[in-house]
Formats: sequence, structure tokens, C-alpha cells
Amino acid sequence: MMGSKLVALIVIVLGVIAIAQLVRVYELSSKLRNRGEHEISNRDNRLNAKMMLTFMILFYLGFIYLIYKFGWTGRGDAATLHGRELDWLLNLNFIIIILVFFLTNTLLFVFAFKYVRKPGVKAFYYPHNNKLEMLWTVVPASVLAVIIILGLKNWNETTSHAKKESIRVELFSKQFDWTARYSGEDNTLGRFDYKLTTDANELALMTTETIDSAIFNMENGPTGIKSLESKLNNRKVIMVPEDREKMENDLSRKQRLIRLLYQMKARHNSKIDAQAWDDIIQKDTLYLCVNKEYEFNFRSKDVIHSAYFPHFRVQMNTVPGMTTRFKFTPDVTTKEMRKKKNDEKFNYVLMCNKICGGAHYKMKMMVVVLPEAEYTAWMNGKKKQTFRDAYFAAAAATTAPAEGAAPTDSLAVKVDTLSVAAK
Amino acid sequence: MAAVAHEAHGHHDAHGHDHDHGHHEESFVSKYIFSQDHKMIGKQFLMTAVFMGLVAMLLSILFRIQLAWPGESSDFLSFFLGETWAPGGILKEDMYLGLVTIHGTIMVFFLLTGGLSGTFSNLLIPLQLGARDMASGFLNMLSYWFFFLSSILMLASLFVESGPAMAGWTIYPPLSALPQAVSGSGLGMTLWLFSMAIFIASSLIGSLNYIVTVLNLRTKGMSMTRMPLTIWAFFVTAILGVLSFPVLLSAALLLIMDRLAGTSFYLSDIIVGGEMLTNHGGSPILYQHLFWFLGHPEVYIVLLPALGLSSEIISTNSRKPIFGYRAMIGSILAIGFLSFIVWGHHMFVTGMNPFLGSVFVFTTLLIAIPSAVKVFNYLTTLWKGSLVLTPAMLFAIGLVSTFITGGVTGIILADSALDITVHDTYFVVAHFHIVMGMSAVFGMFGGVYHWFPKMYGRMMNTRLGYAHFWITIVGAYGVFFPMHFVGLAGAPRRYYDYSVYNEFDSGSYDMMMDLNVIITIFAIIAALGQILFLFNFFYSIYRGPVAPQNPWNSNTLEWTTPVEHVHGNWPGELPTVHRWPYDYSKPGSDVDFIPQTVPLAEGEEEH
Ligand code: HEM
Ligand SMILES: [Cu+2]
Ligand SMILES: [Cu+2]
Repeated sequence: MMGSKLVALIVIVLGVIAIAQLVRVYELSSKLRNRGEHEISNRDNRLNAKMMLTFMILFYLGFIYLIYKFGWTGRGDAATLHGRELDWLLNLNFIIIILVFFLTNTLLFVFAFKYVRKPGVKAFYYPHNNKLEMLWTVVPASVLAVIIILGLKNWNETTSHAKKESIRVELFSKQFDWTARYSGEDNTLGRFDYKLTTDANELALMTTETIDSAIFNMENGPTGIKSLESKLNNRKVIMVPEDREKMENDLSRKQRLIRLLYQMKARHNSKIDAQAWDDIIQKDTLYLCVNKEYEFNFRSKDVIHSAYFPHFRVQMNTVPGMTTRFKFTPDVTTKEMRKKKNDEKFNYVLMCNKICGGAHYKMKMMVVVLPEAEYTAWMNGKKKQTFRDAYFAAAAATTAPAEGAAPTDSLAVKVDTLSVAAK
Repeated sequence: MAAVAHEAHGHHDAHGHDHDHGHHEESFVSKYIFSQDHKMIGKQFLMTAVFMGLVAMLLSILFRIQLAWPGESSDFLSFFLGETWAPGGILKEDMYLGLVTIHGTIMVFFLLTGGLSGTFSNLLIPLQLGARDMASGFLNMLSYWFFFLSSILMLASLFVESGPAMAGWTIYPPLSALPQAVSGSGLGMTLWLFSMAIFIASSLIGSLNYIVTVLNLRTKGMSMTRMPLTIWAFFVTAILGVLSFPVLLSAALLLIMDRLAGTSFYLSDIIVGGEMLTNHGGSPILYQHLFWFLGHPEVYIVLLPALGLSSEIISTNSRKPIFGYRAMIGSILAIGFLSFIVWGHHMFVTGMNPFLGSVFVFTTLLIAIPSAVKVFNYLTTLWKGSLVLTPAMLFAIGLVSTFITGGVTGIILADSALDITVHDTYFVVAHFHIVMGMSAVFGMFGGVYHWFPKMYGRMMNTRLGYAHFWITIVGAYGVFFPMHFVGLAGAPRRYYDYSVYNEFDSGSYDMMMDLNVIITIFAIIAALGQILFLFNFFYSIYRGPVAPQNPWNSNTLEWTTPVEHVHGNWPGELPTVHRWPYDYSKPGSDVDFIPQTVPLAEGEEEH
């Protein structure tokens, strides 16, 4: 290793010396010919002019090669209804801009080649021409008008709200994974509040029970208010001042939160509990039904992430403190797409597309689009695993850790669905 | 403000006087270090920027190695990053983001904002306007030293134990606000914020000075419509800076408050690192509005000076007037104005109201019109010219090519519907590198080659300049053009390792890996090509042939000053201007250029 560094160093030093020597020789010869650096010889001028043309040709060939090798757009065809429309528009725009690209670059390099200084030919004094300038204001403006109108039409359709009966799903993001929540039987997503987050309720859904248990946790949990208070008031415990300060901050933070939790409890209407209880929480893989319209809501627990489904042409940021949304209709099943791509292992994917920390690049979730029958079969299995079931199983598991029946159960379902997906 | 300007003006006239009598010895410190002379300050900006640019380029090579050969051990990485950040020669995930962030920050702010506009506004505004110096030499000096200080802080942040800022050059909160979210959001981010706050102060002081100088210190006869386009570009750039940088400062201050004082401007309902925060009611989107209110004008702050420089270079070396001088001014003004009402195009998929998005689509695409006018005017200037292909001219032509190539993809990104698919992918990385990393940098290189004789009184080597240009354009297009394809395949930006694709799409995986290797190889070639420039630059400062008074047969005033710098620029009286700066190859004249100081001949019409 040391050796290779030394060699590299020597090569660099020798290279610099070589350039210096060449420069010296060049300078001496220029001096002999009595020519300054600012006087560009006709030979140099013509050489660079030819280089301009050569460069242009190589540049174009490179572009064409890339298209030939990697395809017009590398993502393959869209797999959603609106995605198809978007791709059509994208292609149209590409045709326009590629024409402009070739036209103007060609003019540029050809002019640079053709009008290089020739002895005895004077430049043409041509300071302005209002008609020409008008022309290249109006023509781009009209082309842009078309682009804007088509673009906005598409944008309005894509961003409009989904039909009432479309399936509601929520994607919850945190460093560094995704969790999906289906709205269950009532097709209504239960409410949530981040203060309700506990181990058994990672998505912070709002029900009478979850509020109570969040309050209980905050007061009596291992780092709850009571335990903090008793530690801080215990004269026998000697703490480093920093630790004490930290603990005091923690305590005052929790005291603020508990007040808010009690307010929430007072305001809570237990009638909406059912909206949350029948929700279905799903990790690892997101299953969707082909040709059904989905209305997605997005949430974040910590920093901004972005839900990016490249094959669906869907992207929406997830922002802590607010909910964002996007609607789409997948219309090609995973199996069909695998056939189309001739890739048995291909999967749709949900990736994170907003920088969110070290493992940002690994934050993804597989997406499987199923034909309706398979989807219904999967969903029927899932309906036995609603939030209510999972919540009470988890609560039971924490009080009686020896049993652990619930987790195995949910695993069984998972294995089951995977085999469905593979079919 | 005007009063200050007048005072300063008087002061410098007095200096000019001093020189006439030849008794004003300057100490080393006041001449080279705490200089108040605009030419020296311009050179100080240039030197600092060249150094910062080199650092940023090295950082990019480091992370490009990781992208091309993910997970493979590299001596080069372990040499520069050591065991902490590249254990066993493999870059750490966090540090990848740190390198990308500091690379982007330095390139945008320190190389292309401080460096480009700092160097050439300082050098050329007084020289091309016929002024003895800037309105306030003292503020000008302050502007440089603030810039220097902020550069030091930014570099120092690379050596912090918990790492430099890692939230991307846009430092969106909450990621940038919460040290629990990523290690770089600790001390590294604090340094970043303080560095940028000082940078903003530097930029504001500088810009105010430029504006006052342009408005008040033009020499006799130099009306606004006789100013070279360089000055117009610097002038509008300075106005953009004055209007937009304070907004970035407020964005940064609010972020500092959220980090240090427990406020909730940008934070709401967050649980991070297992800790439930009490912040409620803030909005991360607010930060993005504030940031991009600066951020978009910023890209024109970066680009306009480059366009101004290239207008001058292209006209001079085509031996033709710039085509459509007034349309060029109009375009600069239109671009400047529109750049303030388009910031939302960076936020189409943040959950912002789609109707608001539509408005931003409209305003953004309007900018394409003045941009197109500029391109066509450049093309017409070349048409039937008598081109002298100096290295500066090659870079200026390269700038036009990259301005087209990068500009047209902007049309896709500005169209909100299409942006859904390509936002935050490598397609964007390709786009902004071609306009900033290529166009603006080419403008800067062109400026250095063209005005080197004015700065250092010597000539750079032409042949090396040619080699440098060709390696750079081939290398840089080789880096940034294929990135479009990576992005269209759906590759998100700011990813540490694209081999995650192997799990679900082997087709895309193969393509990305192939292209990433190609890109990295071109990047290394382009980076090595810059050695030619560095060598040429430093060698010529000391040993280059002495420059003639007006090497490029140019019309503008800076070439009427003596080659040896004098304090106050002109030894005698200030020149008087009689015509616009673009009388090249004017019919009826024997020579192909008529400097601005030459009175109109009898019966001659001003253009
Ligand atoms: C040797 C030349 C260069 C190479 C190889 C290079 C490469 C890269 C790469 C690979 C990224 C990361 C993209 C991502 O993952 O998001 C990046 C980011 C960036 N680069 Fe460069 N770059 C170069 C020169 C420049 C120049 C001259 C500029 C000046 C404008 C520039 C500005 C930026 C910016 C603003 C970012 C975004 C940083 C961020 O995401 O926070 N780069 N560059
Ligand atoms: Cu993420
Ligand atoms: Cu913008």
C-alpha cells in the first residue's frame, strides 16, 4: 500500500515537471517566432474549430448510444392509470426538448466551426434585428403555452381527490422503514396522535384504551414520571449534575405531555374507537389490488421522508406534523410485469426519496399488485389480524412474555401471503 | 447610503492624487492582506475560491468512488478519511452524506457565489465603469474577510468528531434540527449554520457595495445603456442577493433557535431516537418556502455573472457586437424578476396545495422565454463572425452549449406533473450540474483566462488552456450527461449504494452500476484535467509572459488602465466614455474595434 502511494506521488511529480518543461519549450519557440500568447495563430484557430465539430459529433453519438443501450427511459412502462398519461406527456416533452437540443447545439458548434477567423474576411456588423428577436420570443412562448396547458391539465387530474369509495391506505414512515395501515371493514382510517405512541401502538392510533395506556405508561412506566420523580427526590442517589439536569428536562417534558394526554382523554369520543380498531397494520410488503383506485395518506414519525413508487409514477413527501396524500390505480399485476420484463424476481417497490439519515438508501418496502381474487383471499386472512387483535395480543405479550402466541400467529399469515404472491 | 458612497468616492480621488505625486508607500499588510483595493480583493476572492473548489472536487471524487464500487476497500478513501470515516477503506454511510452535503455547499456558495461574483464583480465593476475603486473600500475588505472566515468555519466542520452537516446542502429540518436523527446534525450543523450566517453577511456587504458603485460611480459618459453586459449581470445579481439572502438568514436563524432555544418553528409532533418531543405547531414546509425563496434566485446569482462574462468574451472574440444588446439587458432583468416568483417548483411533491403548484408551473416556464432569447442572441452573435478561439472563447462557447443542454431539462422539471416522477432523482442532479457545475463554472474559467492579464499582468499559456478546455468539457459532459439516464431509471439522489436495486429489479441494477462506473471514470479524468489549469494558473502568475496593454483588442475601459496595477486604476484623469462597448468591425472603420473612449467620428451614429 505504501508502495503504491509512493509510485503515485512520483508519477504526479514527474508529470508536473514534464508539463513545466513542455511549457518552457513552447514559450521559447513562441518567443523565437515573436508571437505573444494573446495572438492566436490561424493554425490553432482552425484546429479548435475542427475540434468543435468533432466534439459535436462524438457528443451526439454518445447520446444516441446511451438511448440505444439503456432505452428511452430506463424505468420501463408505467403500471398505473395516471402513470400512462404522465409517460405520454413526458415523451411529448422529450421530443420537443430533444429537437431543441439538437437544433441549437448544432447551430452553435457549426457556427463555431464555420465562422472561425479567415484572413481578409471581416465580421458582419449586425447589432440587432427586432423582427428576429420578436420571432424567438414568440415561438418559444407558444410552444411553452402548449406545454403548460397540457401539463396543468394532467396535474389537475393527477392531484384531484379520489372517489369516495376508493380504498384508503396509510403509509407511515420512520427512520428507516415503512408501515402500511389499511382502513379495514369501514374503509375509514382511525385517528391518531403522536403522543399515543407506545410499544404496542407504534402508529399511535387513538382509542379509549390506547389513550389510557399511554397515560399509564407516561406515569408508571420504567422511565415514567413517577419513577423519575422518585429518583430525583431520593437523597441517597448521587448523580452527576449533567445527568440530573437531563433527567429534570425529561421530567418536565413528560409533565407537559401528560397534561396534553389528559386533555385528549377528556375530549375523546369513544364512538370513533371502532374506526381504529378494525384497521389492519402491515409491514415488509404492501399488497394492492389491481384496477382499484387507492387514496393514500402519508405520515412521518421523525424527519421528512418521501414515498416514491418509481413504477407507479407516484411521489409524495411524508412530513412530520401533517398528513399528505396521493391517489392512484395500479393496473398491471406483479405477475404481468414480471412477464413483460422477463424477470422472474422483479418486484414493485416503495423507496424513500428524501434524505433522512445514514440508512436512507435502504429504506424501502416491496409492493405486490395482485389480481382481485388473490387480493381478496389475502385480505380475508388479514381481517383476522386487525389492530384490535394485534394490540391486545401485544399488550398480553408484554404482561406475560412467556406465552408469545400472537407473534407466531402473525408470522403464519405472512408466510401464507407470500406464497399467494408468488403464484 | 449615498452619503457613504460620496465620502468614499472623495477619499479615493484623494488617493489617485497621492499617486500623481508618487509618495504613498503601502505596507505589505495593507497591500496584500487587509487590502482595500478592489483588484487585490478580487484576487483574494479568486484564490480562496480556487482552493475551496479544489476541496469540494476532492470530496466528490471520494464519494464517487463509493458509488462506482460500493463496499470495496479503497486506499484513496482510507488515505483521506482514515479509520474513523472509512474503516478498512470503506466509506461510512453517514460520512457519505456529509461529503455530499459539504461538496454541494462549497460548490454553490463558496465557489460560485463568493468566488465567481466576488472575483469578477470586484475586479470589473470599477474597471469597466471607470471608477477609482468601489464605493467603500473598507466594506469591500470586510466582505472578503467575512468570506474567508466562513470558509474556514465550513472547512473546520469537516474535522468535527461527530462529522460535518449531513442533511444535504438544502439542510431541510427536522433532519438538520435533530442531532438524534443523524450525527452530523450536532456540532457539524452548528458550524454550518454559523459559517453560512457569516457568508450571508459577506455577500450582503459585497452586494450593497456593488449596487452603490454601479449607480453612483460611473465615469462621465457611461450611461446605464452604455454599460457592458458584464456590469448589467453583476448589478442584477447583486440586487437578487440583497433581496434574497436575508431570507436565507432568517431561515437559518429560526433553525438555530429550534436547535438551541427549544422553539418550534419547523418542528411538530416528532418522536426521534425514542424520545417524544413536545414541539408542536411548527412546519418543516415553512423552512422550505424560506430556503427556496433564496434558493431559486441563488441559481441565477450563480449563473448571471457567468452569462455576463461570456457575453463580453463572445462579442470580443467574434469581433462582432453582441446581438440584441437591449434584449440581453431585458432578459437579464426579466430573469431577475421572475426568479423571485418561482421558488415553489422545488416543492411540488411536499404536499403543498396543488393549485399553488400550478401557479409556480406557469411562472417557472415563463423564465424559459428570456433564457431562450439569450441563447438565440448568442448564436446570432457567432453567426458571420470572425471568431478568435482563445481558451476563454472556447469556455464561453462551452457555456452556451451546456446552458442549452441543462436548460431544456428544466422544462421537464418545471412541469409539476412530470416532476412527480423525476423529482429528487439523478435526473435533477444531472440538470443542476449541467447548468451550475458546467455553465457557471465554464463562465468562471472563461473569465479567468480572459481577464488573467488584467489581474496578474501576465499571460496564461494558450496551449495548456486548450487542453484544459477539451478535457474539461469531455470529462464533465461524460459525468453529467449519463446521470439523466440513471435518474430516468428512477434512481433517487443522495443514496449511498445503488446495489439495493439488485433485490427487486436486476435490469435497473445492471444499468445503474454500469453507468456509475462510467461516470466515476469521467469524473476522475475531469478532476485530473484541472491539474493543467492549476499549473497554468500558478506558473503564469510568476513566469507567464508579460501582458500587453490590450491583449484581446477589446473596447471596454479596463484595457485602458496600465498593466502594472496602480491604486486608483488610472494614473491620470478618469476616462470619458463616448459610445457603447460593442463597436467591433463597425463599417467605416479601419480597425475592427473602437474603444469606448474614442469619440464618435463626424457623422457616425451611435449603434
Ligand atoms: C468533479 C465534478 C463533480 C462531480 C463528479 C460531482 C458529483 C456529484 C454527485 C455524485 C452528487 C451527489 C448527488 C446526490 O446523491 O444527490 C453531487 C451533489 C451536488 N453537487 Fe456535484 N459534482 C461535481 C461538481 C460540482 C460543481 C462544479 C457544482 C457547482 C454548482 C456542484 C454542485 C453540487 C450540488 C449543489 C450538489 C447537491 C448536494 C446535495 O445533494 O446536498 N457539483 N455532485
Ligand atoms: Cu427516509
Ligand atoms: Cu428553482
